[in-house]
Amino acid sequence: MKPAAFTYHRARTTAGAVGLLTELGDDAKVIAGGQSLVAMMNFRLARPEHLVDITHVEGLAGIRRDGDSLRLGALTTHRAVEKADLGDFAVLSRAMRWVGHLPIRTRGTVGGSIAHADAAAEWCLLAVLLDARIRAEGPSGVREIRAVDFFRGPFTTALQPDELIVEVVFPRPAPRAALTEYADRRGDFALVAAAVDLDADRVVLGGVAPTPVLVERAGTAEEIAGALELRDEPGISAHYRRGLVRTLVQRARKEASRG
Amino acid sequence: MIQLIELTVNGERHDLAIEPRRTLVDVLRHDLGLTGTHVGCEHGICGACTVLVDGAPARACLLFAAQVEGAEIRTVESLAEPDGTLNDLQRCFSEHHGLQCGFCTPGMLMLAEGYLAEEPEATKEEIREVVASNLCRCTGYQTIVEAIDDCASRRRAAFQDQLDRSTA
Repeated sequence: MKPAAFTYHRARTTAGAVGLLTELGDDAKVIAGGQSLVAMMNFRLARPEHLVDITHVEGLAGIRRDGDSLRLGALTTHRAVEKADLGDFAVLSRAMRWVGHLPIRTRGTVGGSIAHADAAAEWCLLAVLLDARIRAEGPSGVREIRAVDFFRGPFTTALQPDELIVEVVFPRPAPRAALTEYADRRGDFALVAAAVDLDADRVVLGGVAPTPVLVERAGTAEEIAGALELRDEPGISAHYRRGLVRTLVQRARKEASRG
Repeated sequence: MIQLIELTVNGERHDLAIEPRRTLVDVLRHDLGLTGTHVGCEHGICGACTVLVDGAPARACLLFAAQVEGAEIRTVESLAEPDGTLNDLQRCFSEHHGLQCGFCTPGMLMLAEGYLAEEPEATKEEIREVVASNLCRCTGYQTIVEAIDDCASRRRAAFQDQLDRSTA
């Protein structure tokens, strides 16, 4: 279908974008790569009256090593991360092959994916797994939100309507981490996704709850799967999903141990 | 509301007065008459509308035209010579029967064109993975993978040949 009509605003600076968001309030949505938003608008699941396009803002894309941490500008594309040589953050590059398909990864952005907050999205899992800090700019400046506090519900985050994600900071290397997932067809949304960090002894699961599920001091794959509250859903039984969790945690751990 | 934008498609600049909700694929087809780019699902699944934006394959149904002002857009119309002579990639699709009904072909061609430009050394496995981006309901994909792989091999051979000549 075709999207409903809206007014297009192009921001040139983050301050300009925040100004527009402050002025337009709840009727505005930020658009970056648009790989989720435009599809939702075409379905008319989303009908924002105003779009604030931040893709022309200078300096919001880029990957920067800063001591122990890795800083990703909000407009960094999945493809840029996939192609970057990230050393002990290579888990991020390797995980990108699970994000949609190549023509989606060339446009979709790190900040956009996190702001969209799909509970099975790779970036949301990685952010929780690696205790990322989401830096959001609003009218009173930039604040930092820990990923565990950021995702509040399905497609719901701690971001205020007048705030914009400007950067995502991964505070420490994760040389023994991995993400894997399963979907019926390659590139589809994951039925279940599992991310593990062996050094931090953490597991994060996607597709099993309205937000990414963090398991600290994780036990065996069997124990993790057994502890989840899952319900039968159309097309996928709780039993099947539990089996996927078990298998994918094992698979991710095997991949992570290879470094 | 109508918005004025300037779009560069296949090296040509166009001034357009469009509604902001116009996606790139609709602008290409309806406003510019470039109907080589097909439109299928309109939510990024089928890939029929794949074009190049600054050299990178992208879904033209998931982009508002206003967003790509200033970018270089390339569509399937840019591949063949002005006299209709097919380019090497198109000839490979023809030789390997990489198309039947042709609906997915423009998207497959632009996907392959963008990918091979970035990854000229791509293996057949990698090509297969990338071809999974787009849907084809006729060929079973095998012939498409073979066409792209053959084109990549020929381009590599031609490049090597050029190197050999220049050092000879």
